[in-house]
Amino acid sequence: MSAVLQDPQLMEVNPPLVRTEDYHDLTEQISVIVEGDVVKTPLKYWITLAITASVTGILGLMLAYLVSTGIGVWGNNRPIGWAWDITNFVFWIGIGHAGTLISAILFLFRQKWRTSINRSAEAMTLFAVMCAGIFPLFHTGRPWRAYWLFPIPNTDLNLWQNFRSPLIWDVFAVSTYFTVSLLFWFTGLVPDLATLRDRTTNKLKQWIFGALSLGWRGSARHWSNYEKAYLILAAISTPLVLSVHSIVSFDFATSVIPGWHTTIFPPYFVAGAIFSGFACVMTLLLIARWTLNLQNLITIKHLENMNKIILVTGSVVGYAYATEFFIAWYSGNLYERFTFLNRAFGPYWWAAWSMYSCNIFIPQLYWFKKMRNNLWVMFVISITTNIGMWFERFVIIATSLTRDFLPTSWGYFHPTYVDMLTFAGTIGLFLTLFLVFARFLPMIAISEVKGVLAVQKHQFTDKEVVAHDLR
Amino acid sequence: MAVIFPKSSDIILKVAGAVAGIGAVIAVAAFTYYTYPTVIDTGYQPVQPVPYSHKLHAGQLGLDCYYCHSTVYKAAFAAVPATSTCMNCHTQVKKDSPRLEPVRQSYATGKPVPWVQIHRLPDYVYFNHSAHLSAGVSCVSCHGRIDQMIEVHQEKPLNMAMCLECHRDPAPNVRPANLVTKLDWVPDRDPREIGAEIVAQKHLDPPTNCSGCHR
Amino acid sequence: MSLITIQTPNVTGKKYWRSLNQLADTKEFRDWVHHEFPANATEMLDGNSRRTVLKLMAASFGLAGLAACNRPVEHILPNSAGTEADNYLPGEPFHFATVMSIGGHVTGLLVETHDGRPTKIEGNPDHPHSLGAATAIQQALVLGMYDPDRSAKVLQGGKESTWPALESAVQKLSLGDGSGLRFLSGFVSSPTLDSQRTAILKKFPKAKWVEYEALSRDNELAGANMAFGQPLYVHPKWDKAKVVVSLDHDFLNLDAPTPFFTLAFSKRRRVGSEEDLDKMNRLYAVESQFSLTGANADHRLRMKGSDVQQFATDLAAALGAMPGLNVVNNGGAADKRAKFLAAVVKDLKAAGPEALVVAGPRQPASVNALVALINEKLGSACVTYTKPVIDKSNSGIDALKTLAGEMSAGQVSTLVILSGNPVYSAPADLQFPVALSKVATSIHLGAEEDETSAAATWHIPEAHLLESWGDEASSEGAASIQQPMIEPMYGGKTPIEIVNWVTTGKFTKSHDIVKSYWLAQFTGDKEQAWRKALHDGVVAASKTVDPIKVTVDTKKLATALGAASKAASTGIEVGFYPSSATWDGRYANNGWLQEAPDPISKLVWGNAAMISPKLARDQKLTDGDIISLTRGNVKMEAAVMVQPGHADDAVSISLGYGREKCGRVGKDVGSNANLIRTTDGFYFAQGFTLAATGKREILATTQERGTGDQQHDRPLAREVAIDEYKKNPKSIEEMSEVPEIHSIYSEFTYDKGNQWGMAIDLTSCTGCNACVVACVAENNTPVVGKDQVLRGREMHWIRMDRYYSGDENDPEVIEQPIPCMQCENAPCENVCPVQATSHSPEGLNDMAYNRCVGTRYCANNCPFKVRHFNFLNFHKHEPELVGLVYNPDVSVRMRGVMEKCTYCVQRIEETKIKAKRDGRREIKDGEIKTACQQTCPAEAIVFGNINDPNSRVAKLKKQERNYAMLAELGIKPRTTYLAKLRNPNPELTA
Repeated sequence: MSAVLQDPQLMEVNPPLVRTEDYHDLTEQISVIVEGDVVKTPLKYWITLAITASVTGILGLMLAYLVSTGIGVWGNNRPIGWAWDITNFVFWIGIGHAGTLISAILFLFRQKWRTSINRSAEAMTLFAVMCAGIFPLFHTGRPWRAYWLFPIPNTDLNLWQNFRSPLIWDVFAVSTYFTVSLLFWFTGLVPDLATLRDRTTNKLKQWIFGALSLGWRGSARHWSNYEKAYLILAAISTPLVLSVHSIVSFDFATSVIPGWHTTIFPPYFVAGAIFSGFACVMTLLLIARWTLNLQNLITIKHLENMNKIILVTGSVVGYAYATEFFIAWYSGNLYERFTFLNRAFGPYWWAAWSMYSCNIFIPQLYWFKKMRNNLWVMFVISITTNIGMWFERFVIIATSLTRDFLPTSWGYFHPTYVDMLTFAGTIGLFLTLFLVFARFLPMIAISEVKGVLAVQKHQFTDKEVVAHDLR
Repeated sequence: MAVIFPKSSDIILKVAGAVAGIGAVIAVAAFTYYTYPTVIDTGYQPVQPVPYSHKLHAGQLGLDCYYCHSTVYKAAFAAVPATSTCMNCHTQVKKDSPRLEPVRQSYATGKPVPWVQIHRLPDYVYFNHSAHLSAGVSCVSCHGRIDQMIEVHQEKPLNMAMCLECHRDPAPNVRPANLVTKLDWVPDRDPREIGAEIVAQKHLDPPTNCSGCHR
Repeated sequence: MSLITIQTPNVTGKKYWRSLNQLADTKEFRDWVHHEFPANATEMLDGNSRRTVLKLMAASFGLAGLAACNRPVEHILPNSAGTEADNYLPGEPFHFATVMSIGGHVTGLLVETHDGRPTKIEGNPDHPHSLGAATAIQQALVLGMYDPDRSAKVLQGGKESTWPALESAVQKLSLGDGSGLRFLSGFVSSPTLDSQRTAILKKFPKAKWVEYEALSRDNELAGANMAFGQPLYVHPKWDKAKVVVSLDHDFLNLDAPTPFFTLAFSKRRRVGSEEDLDKMNRLYAVESQFSLTGANADHRLRMKGSDVQQFATDLAAALGAMPGLNVVNNGGAADKRAKFLAAVVKDLKAAGPEALVVAGPRQPASVNALVALINEKLGSACVTYTKPVIDKSNSGIDALKTLAGEMSAGQVSTLVILSGNPVYSAPADLQFPVALSKVATSIHLGAEEDETSAAATWHIPEAHLLESWGDEASSEGAASIQQPMIEPMYGGKTPIEIVNWVTTGKFTKSHDIVKSYWLAQFTGDKEQAWRKALHDGVVAASKTVDPIKVTVDTKKLATALGAASKAASTGIEVGFYPSSATWDGRYANNGWLQEAPDPISKLVWGNAAMISPKLARDQKLTDGDIISLTRGNVKMEAAVMVQPGHADDAVSISLGYGREKCGRVGKDVGSNANLIRTTDGFYFAQGFTLAATGKREILATTQERGTGDQQHDRPLAREVAIDEYKKNPKSIEEMSEVPEIHSIYSEFTYDKGNQWGMAIDLTSCTGCNACVVACVAENNTPVVGKDQVLRGREMHWIRMDRYYSGDENDPEVIEQPIPCMQCENAPCENVCPVQATSHSPEGLNDMAYNRCVGTRYCANNCPFKVRHFNFLNFHKHEPELVGLVYNPDVSVRMRGVMEKCTYCVQRIEETKIKAKRDGRREIKDGEIKTACQQTCPAEAIVFGNINDPNSRVAKLKKQERNYAMLAELGIKPRTTYLAKLRNPNPELTA
């Protein structure tokens, strides 16, 4: 009998992480979603999927139009060479950060609470990076030449890439990040895939899951190798969380344009990325939690912890904003000063202020536990945060370009319908992929949660847990 | 529990993996090779409206290239001779050979003979014959032994790598200016030495920057 | 066409020299009329362009090299006549001299041709009125020749007809004693045409020949007539003048369709060395609209056009030029005016023989006469007068009025309209279309199917300048022969041919007529003289007209002035101006000109009613509001544009827009000011009522209005008063602090061989668009159209930045040409992922279009925003015909690639190769001229080898006022600027 049980208060302070009867129930609960024969997949799922899929179709159309006609179908112009295209790229890459962070860093720090959410977070990362990857490719004027960005040996021209260009660094950073995240995600999946293989009776499914689970038998040796591999991958991908967005930020930091040319970008961008990443995980989890009844596995405790991180990173971002203004003033540089005044009070004030309020002010609510635990509050904030972070990228990338050194070349950016539909399309693609994942793969790491459950079992008897539920 | 995959499937998996890997390598190699100008451009030998033999005219009769391609020293283009040039001789020589019919036609009507272009550079490449000849680069360097071809074909890839190779190290391809059209010239010593001297004496420094050839 | 673009993305002009002889039977040629013109670049977003997606995918593979598997067969078609024919070299440029005249201003031109097709027009260095310079309009003429909308068919009553039909009609003409025969031509400056006229008027004594130009020199002649009792041309000697007072004369831009005035004026403006500082002239401008002359003036006084007469009178009075004149000081607001007047008077007196006062062609005879009086009183040695060699007695509005009268009275049976568009350009109150309908046979010779060709009974396509034989003699006598470089593409005819045809009934080629005329003039070896004249572009024998000594008959003048009714300036005044793009509308269908921004307003693709900020406030108007201008029974609507420094209660609007019958480029662009132009208010008219209509139109400018017009205290375009500069020459340099930058790498040292650099003198640069159009012509930059300009996608490699400073009612203006700065530490270079742009050892910022993937990072990172991206395939809908104007030495860029100024690297390389051919390595200073430099009438742009201390550019860069814009970024620009020196009158600045 652990001491905790004597004291109900204590139980309040430290509620159990997951609430389920036992291992079998857990397996059942997750697997039936994937198997979808015991519990039929609700019609609304298919409807939603149909909608998101068709939005993805629009993305295809827009890209075809773009490639056939030219960048001119977007609103980009002189001086605004990069607008929604690169904004969306950075936005999606940013979202892609939470996954690895949750999986790798929290894993290394032995944060038990990550277990229920890391699977979906990693999946989200992959999908986000896929969406991000679309833009660097299609924002080029001649996408069919984009392969020139890869260091393929070409004896024909005797020409190499320009390794001083941050765009080349991007190519490496992003592709590495994607590869490692994919491996990491798949490794984690193996034991669960085995579970599914063993449960199903359908020959085809057996074959598929069997192939994917690489002959997993759950023997002690398997487990110890698995743990090692997982640990190593975690160690490899941890630096990536920091590197990817640092390098993305170099795209701007290394230029001469006021508003871009600043050394604060790497940490600033990383913080922002984690900020937006967590917000996005939050949105998706809340939806999954409601639609798939996972309240007992994704508990308030998980959500609250994530809110804390959102609060911290949000404040870091706020601090970065403040620093930028200070430096602009302190540098005494005519152009820097103008840029930041123009950012806050120029023609794009509305973009700047919606970013400030969404990213700095609103998250401050999380100082209060009530807010951290209120599902509706966190749902709304998770959305506003992502809106705010999209605006951050837009403000930095596009509005800095609108007014740089020579007033005679100042301009304004008007998005076209193609800009908008392309962005909407990537959201469609993202959701489609996620829905497919949620339905056809175990979106919660069964094996890992069992690990947590094991620990927990030494804290509470089932009765006590139930009793707790009744309160 | 039923066995889905027999033990052997491990080997199958490994083999499959190996095959895929090697296959990929081969595919890439093949693509690189078959899209390499040396392979796809060299040997291009279209059928000409008149079976004109360079071997006969430039080789055996020993006509100087300059006799027909008369603009090479003055202009960027090496002009294909006008029909009138052909007729300088062919009003007497072989004046009623059926093979020369198109030439006589052209001479009569004033309609040019539609020769088929063999050595072709992309439109964004600005090659200048006069510049190269004045530097002492021989026809051979790019066109090969035309004087030994009955029907002309493209011998060199004429790709950017080839240009750069020479622009970075011109010595091997530079010879005394009076010998540029002497395709069968055999240097008495290492051509590189001869070239190096000329390069030094003419202060040749061929451009290796973009605008040297692209404008 | 599109297929070509697919197969080889960077199609160069080179492709076309082969296809010229095939042109006749290409489909393009047959139905070019239905082709899109690049001006409709916006149309590129239409449906059918979407369908090219597959083609493009195919292209992408093609580009990857697979296309080479089935290599397209390319033919070589040698010139069967023999390439030796007059040492013609395929692909090598040839130059021919010719000449052109606009409204009596004659300029010699040099036309560059490639394989028989004219590709570029430049000034003729041997011509006294050009000296190698050419205006924007003159250079754009070459595009006009390939204009697919040019008239190609004989029309009868506006419907297609045939040459034989026309011929029989001409045969049938019964001219008798010519009582019913009338000719209507533009300003005749062609000796041959004049000789024909004399002959005709002898043969048909009752016939009449009327000259009419919408923008003419008539007031100049009338003014002299009033002052001296005989019509004379006035020739200001700008380069002799130390003090110049311009009374509503925009001699630096609109009122000078010739580079000559700027050329001469800038001789006293340029500061090549210290001693020039004291030689520098001072310019006062009195005007209504804000003109380039006003912008370059050291002091500017704004007033309505109609008030200038009073100012001139006061000036004359203050100088005691004539008894009985005394200064009328209409107090109040005139305070500034009085101060200005006093200062001017003092300055003029001090300058004595070096003083020069000029009046604009817009100002009535009386003002021109007063100016003559003033100059005489000042003893100015800066102006001469010459008798018109070619008779001008029957020229101008009155002549046209009488003609219109005769026409509507049915007294005219045969009217021959020679290369003009009177239906469009005649004053509204003449009802010219109605009058024309009363004429039995009207024959119109015109370059395009326009308003007149539709109304005339016969229309004959006119040959383009570059297709026709002719001649022009300037008012100072320099005669030149106009020679064609190409056969008339659409079988057009020249005025000389038509006049001869109509009056003799048999057709003679103008070559024969012109040649026989000149052979008659020559002495000695006539054939030789003829060839020489063609070669030089000036007839050596042509006797320059000697200036004559004349004195003002003050008594006559006094009475004349008394008679000259001074319109009471009430209500809104409307002034009519030439357009910097279309002149009087004749160049409306020229995309290069339509897209060349107006030097002051930066307006493209249209005109606007220019009003002062005050008037705008009073009437609550903003840019783009459409107003109606009404006076009596004439009325027009136009969008307003607020023009800082414009005279209050006045509206200025440029002619030459709102063409209803015109090619696709110029049709319905802007609004037609001729609708309210009347004989009694020909250049400016009083008593207009201005009313807002509530409608709006979007005006396209290349600079953001308002914020983009100021420098925001940034040291970009720098200027200083000449006295301050003498006191502290460092003042320019001190405007920005350039830190020492130490790289951790050992930097490339640009110290060997040629190191190209450029110096642009803001003092002599007037801001005319000559360089902009020169660059377009030289570098094949596309026309993108109004919509794309509105999206900020114009492609000019060199642009003219214009900044206002000071009070919005009387702002100062500085113009700054912006080419690529060719930074040694170019920010664009290290961000390009594929090294499409990199530095040449000679210091050029190279751009390899064919390597560019189009990330646009370079453009983002360019502090000057001089990199231009092909957002769409701006050449896509171009007829092959227009492709023929391209310079074959420069790649035509496909969509999706970046392009930029490279100091005309094609010219650099050509010259280097020529030098090598001659067995020399070094390039002489001035041997290479960039297109912008070559054409600049003010010689403001100097390019050369900065590594050679004796080169002009190196010397200029040594001047204290030389500065590199944004050098504080550590980018080491190769293009530097010489700060603008102003020469203000201390009395007015104090």
